[in-house]
Amino acid sequence: MNTVGKDLIRVDAYGKVTGEAHYTADLEPKGILHAKVLHSEIANGVVKNFDLTEALKVPGVVKIVTCFDVPDCQFPTAGHPWSVEKAHQDICDRKILNKRVRFYGDDIAAVVAEDEVAAARALKLIKVEYEEYEPIVTVEKALSEGATPLHEDLRKDNIIVKSHMTMGGPDFSFEKAVDEASEKYGKDNIEVIDRVYNTPRISHCHLELPVSWAYVDTNGKITITSSTQIPHIVKSCTAMALGVPVGKIRIIKPYIGGGFGNKQDVLYEPLNAFLSMQVGGRPVRLEISREETISCTRTRHAIEGRCRALFTKDGKLLARKLEAYANNGAYASHGHAICANCGTVFKDLYADEMGAEVDCATVYTSSPTAGAMRAYGIPQSIWFTECLADDICNITGEDPCDFRVRSCMQEGFVDPGTKIPFLTYGLKKCIEEGRKYIKWDEKRAAYKNQKGHIRRGVGMAIFCYKTGVHPISLETASCRMVLNQDGSMQLVMGATEIGQGADTVFTQMAAETTGISCDKIYIVSTQDTDVTPFDTGAYASRQTYVSGKACKKCGELLRERILEYAAYMLVNEISDISKTVYAETVKAAKDMMKSALGIAEDSDIKPEMLDIENNAIVMRESYLKERGSEKGFEERKLFELSVLADTAFYSLDRSQHITAEVTNHCKENTFASGCCFADIEVDMPLGKVTVKDVVNVHDSGILINPKLAEAQVHGGMSMSLGFGLSEELLIDEKTGKPYNNNLLDYKIPTAMDTPDLKVRFVQLDDPSGPYGNKALGEPPAIPVAPAIRNAILNATGVAMNEAPMTSERLIKAFKEAELI
Amino acid sequence: MLKIIHMNVNGKDTELAVDEREALLDTLRNRLGLTSVKKGCEVGECGACTVLVDGKAIDSCIYLTMWADGKKVMTTEGLKGPGGELSPIQKAFIEEAAVQCGFCTPGLIMTAVEIVGTGKKYNREELKKLISGHLCRCTGYENILNAMERIVDETYKVCGK
Amino acid sequence: MFDIKSFYEATSVADAIRALKADEDAELISGGTDVLIRLREGKKADLSLVSIHNIAELKKIEKDACGNIIIGAGASFSDITNNEIIKEGANVLGEAADTVGGPQIRNVGTIGGNICNGATSADTASTLLSFDAAVVLEGPEGVREVAVREFYCGPGKTVRRHDEVCTSFKIKNEEWEGFEGHYIKYGKRNAMEIATLGCVVRVKLSADKKYIEDARLAFGVAGPTPLRCLKAEAAVKGMSVSDADIYEKLATTALTEVNPRSSWRASKEFRLQLISELSKRALREAILKSGADEDKVAPLPYKGEENDTESAGEVR
Repeated sequence: MNTVGKDLIRVDAYGKVTGEAHYTADLEPKGILHAKVLHSEIANGVVKNFDLTEALKVPGVVKIVTCFDVPDCQFPTAGHPWSVEKAHQDICDRKILNKRVRFYGDDIAAVVAEDEVAAARALKLIKVEYEEYEPIVTVEKALSEGATPLHEDLRKDNIIVKSHMTMGGPDFSFEKAVDEASEKYGKDNIEVIDRVYNTPRISHCHLELPVSWAYVDTNGKITITSSTQIPHIVKSCTAMALGVPVGKIRIIKPYIGGGFGNKQDVLYEPLNAFLSMQVGGRPVRLEISREETISCTRTRHAIEGRCRALFTKDGKLLARKLEAYANNGAYASHGHAICANCGTVFKDLYADEMGAEVDCATVYTSSPTAGAMRAYGIPQSIWFTECLADDICNITGEDPCDFRVRSCMQEGFVDPGTKIPFLTYGLKKCIEEGRKYIKWDEKRAAYKNQKGHIRRGVGMAIFCYKTGVHPISLETASCRMVLNQDGSMQLVMGATEIGQGADTVFTQMAAETTGISCDKIYIVSTQDTDVTPFDTGAYASRQTYVSGKACKKCGELLRERILEYAAYMLVNEISDISKTVYAETVKAAKDMMKSALGIAEDSDIKPEMLDIENNAIVMRESYLKERGSEKGFEERKLFELSVLADTAFYSLDRSQHITAEVTNHCKENTFASGCCFADIEVDMPLGKVTVKDVVNVHDSGILINPKLAEAQVHGGMSMSLGFGLSEELLIDEKTGKPYNNNLLDYKIPTAMDTPDLKVRFVQLDDPSGPYGNKALGEPPAIPVAPAIRNAILNATGVAMNEAPMTSERLIKAFKEAELI
Repeated sequence: MLKIIHMNVNGKDTELAVDEREALLDTLRNRLGLTSVKKGCEVGECGACTVLVDGKAIDSCIYLTMWADGKKVMTTEGLKGPGGELSPIQKAFIEEAAVQCGFCTPGLIMTAVEIVGTGKKYNREELKKLISGHLCRCTGYENILNAMERIVDETYKVCGK
Repeated sequence: MFDIKSFYEATSVADAIRALKADEDAELISGGTDVLIRLREGKKADLSLVSIHNIAELKKIEKDACGNIIIGAGASFSDITNNEIIKEGANVLGEAADTVGGPQIRNVGTIGGNICNGATSADTASTLLSFDAAVVLEGPEGVREVAVREFYCGPGKTVRRHDEVCTSFKIKNEEWEGFEGHYIKYGKRNAMEIATLGCVVRVKLSADKKYIEDARLAFGVAGPTPLRCLKAEAAVKGMSVSDADIYEKLATTALTEVNPRSSWRASKEFRLQLISELSKRALREAILKSGADEDKVAPLPYKGEENDTESAGEVR
């Protein structure tokens, strides 16, 4: 491969370091109106009435709309491809503004004003009359008897969906397995552990706020520029929300300052569009503040997992069971998909001899809505599996690394439900690599029997992750390539750049397949649903794989079309060519080719003899080789691609704008995997954990751009570090009000909290990936937290079951263990 | 009512009519079109709006424009050479793959300008502290620090103090 | 854009006092890193601001003829940290100032604002308290000095009158000379934090560096306002630096003087643990900074380490 596998500099780096790359807010027209949302100040109830008298008097206020004014259309917000099968459609459980208030901060009205100060002043003057119900912030409360159903029209109680999954046959049950094992191994030779592990409600904290601006264009199109990962999905959901045909909506997505799944949801675009329509189509901007972003957009699910494991005393893993309850907050968003994903990986990751059982429930509560976030339920799943694995080893005394190697999902694994295969199996190689890097065996020995108040420990965690969403959901992607007169091209992807480097790797893929060099490929970074081909967007670590396949297929088609035209130029004695400025070039090429291949007639020249390399039409290397001839590039070069492109554009004989456009419906999937090893120091009296060394090892197939891949892993590791040690969105259980919805009190790691991050890859060529690649985008955010947890266990003997492992929680646990 | 102020912005003396309620962030973005100055939190927690005022890095979201009257303000737009050439800091950010979504990048680059301007040598731990007023969710700071280390070392070799 | 009714940039302290007197609703603004944030929260919208941001006389840091250190209220945190007088006489204050927020905040935020907003968590407040510093206030009736210990009258409340400008802080010569100190800010992160607890210990050792001649201990967030532990200070006075009891004496006495509360940010129990642990660690650091021989300074006492200080070595 020529370009794939190289550290190409990011195609958007220049624009980003000069500050010239334009994001949504940078593109607003002058004189735009400002909108602000009024959020409910109760967590559960109904809006009875508004008094807008004082608010409307504020100078500069243009319009106030309330939940009584919006279209009576329920719509879904999940960034899933819409399903044409009723059973698989996302839950339509909200309106643009809601009368039924379901969490503290629900959207109940909005103000449009000439400036933001006027909008803010008006907001404060709106008087709201509510009918108030008791907030049901926790899962326990939401499921308790007499709890108000939050969506009475859709569910009789607050359970969104429950599901049951098994390994070891559909009838497998953990209880039965315990009975059978007692008989088979003897009661005294088996062990059952029963633990409850908890994960926090996490905020994505992309640096760019969710911002959009909308206007109605002169052709009647409702046009929204938005910071979104999923422009095409926003288009269809906005149409549903407004009750207008989908063709009326146009979404433009420029550069975005991170999304991490929060922007894989339709957020405020429908409201923004509605507001513009209410003021005669004038441009209106709607910027969601940081505080609103944290509490009123989406979060990662807090999931409580009751985990049980059955194993023999000598450490043979027999069976496991997970009962998971996901707190989904006020609206369904991605619904049950995330908790179900969590359950699936729980049962897949270990090869229980007898089987595994999973019960998952996703529950509505009157708290901030949980939706997609990087790795989609798997950080929670891996927190459960990896806490459990080390807790088993803590009893059996087995080395946790050895236990994983012996008990984890094995080569050749195929998920019995989804039929997703583990095509290239790098998991054990990753464990081996990490073990070596961290000096596992030496450190486990050295850290035994520590007595000091400062202790060291090493821990590890493994994971697996599928690539994209087939067959659970549709996987489709499109790509367009358009040749320019000079042999360069525009590459138009439906897939979105959200900071992960998609534009760069697609450029590399296009270069790899077309023979046009990266510097001549102009990727169109902005997706505009009026002109961009369809793709569902950035999520599920899918784009390099699914959209990559579209890119490859499109490149092949473009190449085919170019070579067909090249053959046409070389074969026909066209009067045009002889009159053109390229006549001699083409004739020389033809003569060279005839002599090299021993061809007598022009008509014997076929496209399959040709190729594109380094922006030139050449004699195909493999064709020559098959005929025993080896020639370098210069000897095979016929003419520049620009000669062909220019001719194709302007030929009076056969004018053709050479383009290609394809949709690839992807019906493949494969598991990626990996692990994290962490070496930590715990200062027990202060409850402080310092990560001294940490490495993620990834089995993600062939890397398209190793340097960018590594950078992406860094970011994921930092996110998992926050999950493990400091991040947690706290809600007052009495009122439903968030405590810490700002970046001072919500603790994402700063540079001073982040250790040097080490990354290793095990590169195996996956046959299903377009270039041997598989999932990488999300996996880095999975394993660091449980690896740290297990290192703390190694250091102190204290098993922490709840993330984040804050100083306060650690000190409490160390006191209980009488360590301090 | 607008007030007239004078600032030297990116080397150019500028006379501006501003609303005295404006944050420097608003003025730079909305009146001068300097959109490298990003809004991420509006309360000085994220550092995305960092610019230099008289050579010092500040959060422009919590700095009143009126205070910049008579001062020198520099944004990332001011770093590019007359022929469009990049500064060594920008080059280091590109080559070390320190850029992902790019939203924190211009602010961090301005802090880098302040750091490099001291001509002092800093180790990695010191650099971590010096950039701790910037939040980044994409990079784990790893490559940003690599870029910082490189540019600090390069500068120190040429004009070290 | 902020919801401000009017904005006035004062040209001098006298001008600022005049402007404050003229408008009862006006609020003083200096660095702005606190006032502007509160303004944005909307709790105090439509405010008139009197700015002292650009008054040069407020930014000076000097030593007077008697050796007292005078710190202008308008000095920024980074001005303080980098100032030579501070480094020589009140280094611990410079260190405390260097823990506020992040670098950009420290370039703009002022010590005057840090003290006058009345927060118990203010990193420079507990430190100035340990120096028994005076707050110099200038108002229509003239200049008055209030000791920091008398300056706070409740969370977010101080004795500064509406039309008074805090112009400087004064550290008396006898309060800094011969002392060395250590400040520990305990936050959930290592930067961009409001202290969960702040602890400052300053000591003056005997000439032979063997005895604690004098000691100061103060906390932030150990009570509704910054708090000094006079009894704990007295308890360790005269003790030998080799005496392992100095730490327990200081910590256990301090625990009788503090009054932390539980909030969603941290429980009382957690804060008490920090008070005990940080005071010990800060004491040891302060003694070491004072030039005591490390071998002679008693090690910190920990459970299980009485006779055994073994810990895991570095694996290379």
